[in-house]
Formats: sequence, C-alpha cells, structure tokens
Amino acid sequence: MNYFPDEVIEHIFDFVTKQRDRNAVSLVCKSWCRIERFSRERVVIGNCYAISAERVIARFPGLKSLTLKGKPHFADFNLVPQGWGGSVDPWIEALAESRVGLEELRLKRMVVSDECLDLLSRSFLNFKSLVLVSCEGFTTDGLAAIAANCRFLRELDLQENEIDDHRGHWLSCFPDSCTSLVSLNFACLKGEINLAALVRLVARSPNLKVLRVNRAVPPDTLQKVLMQAPQLVDLGTGSYVLDPDSESYSKLKATILKCKSIKSLSGFLEVAPRSLPAFYPICLTLTSLNLSYAPGVHGSDLIKLIRQCGRLQRLWILDCIGDKGLAVVASTCKELQELRVFPSDPFGVGHAAVTEEGLVAISAGCPKLHSLLYFCQQMTNAALITVAKNCPNFIRFRLCILDPTKPDPVTMQPLDEGFGAIVQACKKLRRLSMSGLLTDQVFLYIGMYAEQLEMLSIAFAGDSDKGMLYVLNGCKKMRKLEIRDSPFGDGALLKDVGKYETMRSLWMSSCEVTLGGCKTLAMNMPGLNVEIINENDQMEFIIDDEQKVEKMYVYRTLVGPREDKPEFVWTL
Amino acid sequence: MRTSRHLGPNIITLSTISPNLPLCFASASFIFILVYSFPFPSSYTTTTSQTPTFLKSKKPHLSLFLSQLPTSSTCLEISLLVLMEGTLGLLGGGSSGCSTNESAMSKVEQQVVEQDYVGMSSEVSSYPAETELELGLSLGGGGSAQKSKACAWGERGRILTAKDFPSMVSHGSARFSQRANNASSVSGNKRAAEEGGSPTAVSQVVGWPPISAARMNSLVNQAKTARSEDDKADGDNSKDTYKKKINTGNKSTVKEKGHLGFVKVNMDGIPIGRKVDLNAHTCYETLAQTLEDMFFSTTTTGNSIGGDKEQATKPSRLLDGSSEFVLTYEDKDGDWMLVGDVPWRMFLTSVKRLRIMRTSEANGLGMQF
Repeated sequence: MNYFPDEVIEHIFDFVTKQRDRNAVSLVCKSWCRIERFSRERVVIGNCYAISAERVIARFPGLKSLTLKGKPHFADFNLVPQGWGGSVDPWIEALAESRVGLEELRLKRMVVSDECLDLLSRSFLNFKSLVLVSCEGFTTDGLAAIAANCRFLRELDLQENEIDDHRGHWLSCFPDSCTSLVSLNFACLKGEINLAALVRLVARSPNLKVLRVNRAVPPDTLQKVLMQAPQLVDLGTGSYVLDPDSESYSKLKATILKCKSIKSLSGFLEVAPRSLPAFYPICLTLTSLNLSYAPGVHGSDLIKLIRQCGRLQRLWILDCIGDKGLAVVASTCKELQELRVFPSDPFGVGHAAVTEEGLVAISAGCPKLHSLLYFCQQMTNAALITVAKNCPNFIRFRLCILDPTKPDPVTMQPLDEGFGAIVQACKKLRRLSMSGLLTDQVFLYIGMYAEQLEMLSIAFAGDSDKGMLYVLNGCKKMRKLEIRDSPFGDGALLKDVGKYETMRSLWMSSCEVTLGGCKTLAMNMPGLNVEIINENDQMEFIIDDEQKVEKMYVYRTLVGPREDKPEFVWTL
Repeated sequence: MRTSRHLGPNIITLSTISPNLPLCFASASFIFILVYSFPFPSSYTTTTSQTPTFLKSKKPHLSLFLSQLPTSSTCLEISLLVLMEGTLGLLGGGSSGCSTNESAMSKVEQQVVEQDYVGMSSEVSSYPAETELELGLSLGGGGSAQKSKACAWGERGRILTAKDFPSMVSHGSARFSQRANNASSVSGNKRAAEEGGSPTAVSQVVGWPPISAARMNSLVNQAKTARSEDDKADGDNSKDTYKKKINTGNKSTVKEKGHLGFVKVNMDGIPIGRKVDLNAHTCYETLAQTLEDMFFSTTTTGNSIGGDKEQATKPSRLLDGSSEFVLTYEDKDGDWMLVGDVPWRMFLTSVKRLRIMRTSEANGLGMQF
C-alpha cells in the first residue's frame, strides 16, 4: 500500500495539524497509524476519565503538548459537588515517570495540587506553557514552584481559577535569568502581589506579548509596566481607578500612546469610567475588548468607548450597555464575530437591560457574527427568526433568558419557532444553548436541521421523552449533551444505548431518569461509565429502582470505572 | 375538555411538599389549578378559608386561595384532593396522559388555553404575593395583568387542573417553581426570595442563571459599588467619589467589597462540601439559616443528621448553641473561630471558609458563648 518511505509520509503528516484530521489519518491503516503516533506532538483528551495517562504515553511517546478536561460543564454552575474528582495528579505523575518531554499543559476544570505543580516544574526541562482554566485546588505556592523551576517558561495563563492566595512572593520567584516570558495572565488572583517584582519581570521579558494583571495592580504600576513593554499585544488592566485630572492620568495616557500594538484589551476589574478615554487611542486598532468584569460602568460611558472601536471582532460586555448600546455596536463594529453579553444583575427584578431588540440590531449590523452568548430578560420568536435570517453563519449560539421558562412575551407562545429558525438557517451550528419556554417541538427542529450540532445544553425544556429522542436520533454529530430539569426519562435514555458510545458524555440532572434505567444502561453498555451523584441519600438506605436519580453523568471510556470516586458518586 | 372563559379566574397554587407524601412525589410538587367562577363581581372575594391541612405550606409566598364559590367548599376540598392525587400521578409518571389530552384538544383551544394559562402563569410566577393575586384576578379589567389580553369569558364554573393544559407549562413552571422552592440553593439572594416573587425566585434555583462563580462574585461587587454610588448623589458628585477612592487608597475599597463571594462550607460527617455566597447575606442570622437549610434539610429522606424536622423556626440553632453542631470559620491567619463573635463586616473580611463542627469538638475554640 505504501509507495513512499516512512520519512516522506511523516513529512506529509507534519502538515496535518488538527487533531481530528490526525485521528482520521491514523485510522487508514496500521503503518499510517504507526507513523502518525510517533510524530504526534499535541494530544487533546476531552475527558480525563476516558483514557489513562499510561495508555496515552504509550501511544504517543513524542508527546509535547497535552490538553485535559475534567469536570462536566455544569460544574461551572455549582451543579457538581466538591470532591467529585478530576485530579490531574495521576497524569503528572505518570508523565514524570515516563520519558515524555512535556512542553505544554492545558487543563480545564481539573483539580490541581501544589505538589503536582511542583513535580511538573521539576520534571520537564523544556516545559514552556501552562494554561489553567477553571481549575482549583492549588495555591500561589504552586505558582512559585513553576516560576522558580521552569527555566524556559513562555506562558503562564490562569483563567477563572480558584486559587488560594497565600500572598507569597511567587512573582519574585521568577529568577533574574528568566527572560523568556511571552504570556502572563494572573487576573484571577485575589491577593496582593509584589509590584516592583512585576515591573522588573516585565522589564527583562522582551518577548512579552500578553499581560493580564489582577486587581492588586494599580494604575501607577500599570503605567510603569507599559513603559517597559510597549510591544504588548494583549493587555489586561487591574484596578483602574484614577482621577482624570491627575498627573498619573496624563502620564498613563502618554504611555498608552506608545503602545501601538495592543489588539486585545480586558480587565478593568475596578474602574473609574471617566478615565476610560485614556484608552481611546488604542481603540482604533482593537480587535478584542472584554469589559465583562468591569463593575458599574454606565451604558453611556461604554457607548463612548465602543464608538472608537471600529475594528472590533470580539466583544464581551455587561448588559448595562443596553439595547441602545448594542445598536451602537451594530453600527460601529462591522467586523464583529463574537459577542458575549453578561447580566449585570442576574437576580434583579426585571428591569430590562437588554432584550430581543439589542440582539436583532446586532444581527442586522454585524453579518460576520458567528459566536454568541446572550443573557437577556426576554426573547421573541420574531426576533429569533430575524436573527437567523441576518446571521446564517452561527457556529455557537447560546441564549439565556434569565427567567428560564419565559414564553414569547408578545405572543405568549413557546420559543420553539424561534430556535427552529436558528437551527434551520445556521447550517454550521456546532453549539447551542437554549432557554425560555420550550416544548418537544423545538427538539424536533433540532433533530431535523442541526446536522453539525456537537454540544447542546437544555434546561427546563420539553414535554416528554420524545423531545430527547428527536435529538438523539437526529443529531449525528452530537458529542456533549447536557440536560437539567427537563421531563426526559428512562424511555428516552434507553431507546438507543449505542448512541452514547458515539458521544463524549451525557449529563442529566433533575430529570425523570430512574435508578433502574441507569442500571439498565450500565448493564448493556460496558463501554460507558454511568455515574450517579447522590448528595442527600445515605448508603444505608436501600434505594429502589423506581427512584429518580438526582444527577447522572454518562461518558464513554476505555478504562472502566474510575478509582478516585468520592462516596457520593456511584458507578453502576 | 373544553375550556370555558370567565371573568377573572382565581388562581390556586398548591404546595404538595409535605413530609406526609411519599418520596417519589416530592419531585413533582406543584400544581397550578385555575378556578373559573361565576361572573358575579360582587362575590369575588379571595379568602384563605378553611385551608385543608394537607395543603398547608410553610413558604409564605405559596398560599392557598379559595374563592367563595356557590358550590360548597367541602365539595371543592374533595375535588381538589382527588385532582391533586390524580395530577400528581400524572406529573410523576411521565407525560403520556398529557399528550393525549393535547391531541384531543383542538388547535385553537390549545392556543387559547396556552394563552390563558401561560398569561396567568407568567403572572403567577411573577407576582405570587397575596396582594398581587387579588388584583390580578380580574384579568378582563387589566390591573396587573398588562401582558395577557382581555378575553371574553364564558359562563360555567369549573376547576381546571394541570391535566387540561399542555404539559409543557406544568412541567416547565412546575419544575422551575419546584426548584425555586428548593432551599438547597447556594447561589443567589435568599433574602429576596423570602419576600416572594419569581424574579427573586430565580435566585433560589441552583445553578441558574448559568454564570460561573468568578463572574458572580464580580457582579456582586458591582452591585455593591452601584449601591454605594447611588447613595451619594450621582452626576457631579462622581468627582468626589473618585477623590475619596484615591484618598483612601485602592486597598480599602477592595476590602469593603468583600472580594470573597463564595466560600466553601464543610460539615462534620458529610463528605460533600458546599459553597455559600457570603455577599448574599448581611447578618449572621440569614447565613446560619441558609446553612441550616442546606445541611439539615429533611425534604428527601428522614435523616439522622440534624435534630428536629421542622425548619420553620427562625432563630438559628447553629448560632445559639442549642444544636449539636456549631458554626465555625477559618480566618485569614488560619485559626478556627466561632462564628458570631465579631461584627459582620469584620467577619466578611477575614473569613476564608466555614465549617459546621460538632459541639463536642468545638471546645476551646476562641470564646465560648
């Protein structure tokens, strides 16, 4: 079969970079599989319990970059109790024992300990990049170990982690010889840091392109940092409270003028809105703006800033911008591709910050929009139909109506038709989250039209098993299905058990699924782990099969039930 | 079933969360029952008359309203009883019954019913407080029913149950409202929820709206900033605000906001920890109440953990020393202290995590009560 020597094939495979393509390549024949696995450098494990570290290492000995994801997505919203699992320690230990020359580690929703960070820092001489997203279990001591021991560290990126801040001097642990930093993001740290050490670190990092600081960094320090790093491409400010009439403000303003490369701006964890104009000069070249953590900025100030940002491609903002502000975004930011509007008052009593009007305006003005996360007070079918017509390019469409069973306020109908229009028009849709009043009908539409759908989040929706069945039967590419508080039961769960082996995972909580149903699933599908989370019941009480399970998490795995389960998780 | 339209339906919400009910019904605990009464405006009185004991609810915003129908109240009670059991069975056992009803109804009726019911349910879910319901009864006449259109009501009086309506609503709202009643939420504003009302009931649903804890904390901080800035007159005073902020330095403003939002809570003997949003509370009482609801809740099995089953008492047993557990916290310095000793604000700035400790182990912890 092979007309080329291995080296040639390997060279060709170098051009195949996407994991999915490489997976496909490795399925062609044994020799391609062999060649591919020895040349594979990046591996993404979407579920850390689907495979063991040893097997990954055995298959890909040339591994340089590993991405691991742990807890299910709904863990972000407190639906997964503490201690559920997702520890990365066994992975680091296995990697450390092997001869893998790990250079990059990216973790999402995993539990990381200081010990394993320490082990990581000492075991891989060429370690370059650590990215932790929504992780927990470690402290600044672990960061100190990374800083001190990774001599060629290029990237330390901490996003939305829960870090116990011991206010240690982890920043000072970067040795003077460390000059390789390209990206440093510690915005999620809650404690104080050594400001002088930060400035010195930036001064000796000529390659620094990304810097996102935390709230403890005041504007004065920011100014000093920017003086040292005018080449920054991505800046996250810390606390930005200063008087626009002060000297520090003028100084900062002048320094910002020198930073001609900044394309991405974020932070403003504390902000004095009247001082925002200092950033107007860089707004012209900005492609990404994240003000979603900026407290208390009124819509009018946001609008003034956004008017300067004609080249924006990505915008994350709070809903205090209002529908009017979104109209300004629509008329200014013609290149917009990704929009996220977060609620500024999620439990407030219905004063409508953004409604369907804002979304319609955006869709009309920004035809390139392909990713949306939109929290709003209400949505209408008519609006969704219009949005679908204006923006048929959606890849990710996530709509969250704060009152999750709210119908169309104009017609009092469920939002089935609106979402139906979205899935019908957006042929490339890969991710969908829905809310509002929804019946089985919307699932019929999804099953019929959403051919590329890979991830679907359902809450408080549907009438019967039919809804879930439409989705399971229709969406051939479904990978992650997460359902909460919807009336789907054993009938839907057990209709086609083989389906779950084609998916990464299924989460169902507060549905109608019973213990008996889960047991049946587990019995018939040994290739799946069927995990039940029972927080209230104690082991002594005999639970009967008719009882509904509170939370069920099903995922395919090659390594059987996991051994690190806490008491409240049962594998059937 | 044909639906009838009447002048101003009365709305009955039943809570079936009661320790007497079997476990499997606990998950389907709401029924919305609409009572269409005779069109005699004068006899429209909404009184909580003779509430049957099985319908008593402990949550103030779920009350039983019965109108004085020409039919005897005992008949009403019996029919409610029958309906409740019947509907419970329906809700608990899936929706096959409901879907046949759907097909039996004509499309027009279905839409109309949806409209009526949904109109009301949105109203109910928005304003289930007693006074609002009374006003909202005369749907034909407006009042708080801005959203629902005035419909022509028919003549007959009848009790409609959740069976009559597309099950989506009963499931959707029932599910949502049942979640709302679940006291085991860690997110959101418990205080506001006690006042009743679904916009605030949203806050009692675990994990809704789907916002990560990090973001939730920053939002709470933002709300505090907004409130403190509103206290001072806005507009021209903003300059003074900035000056004040600068004078006092960034650190104090950071501390005031209490950058801790969610803190972990563990209880002795329970392997699962939880998280509680400290910023949702302004005093020890509400915090302790929340924790008690979280850890001593008895709505599922009769458990052996806490003491009494009844949770209606307001005074917190965790704080007054009458329970076998006490509430403690770990402070900035790593010491374990009894909760309640220091002023609340000081507590907020120094607490790192909470622990519900057995009283026997708590001896020697700082000051005793």
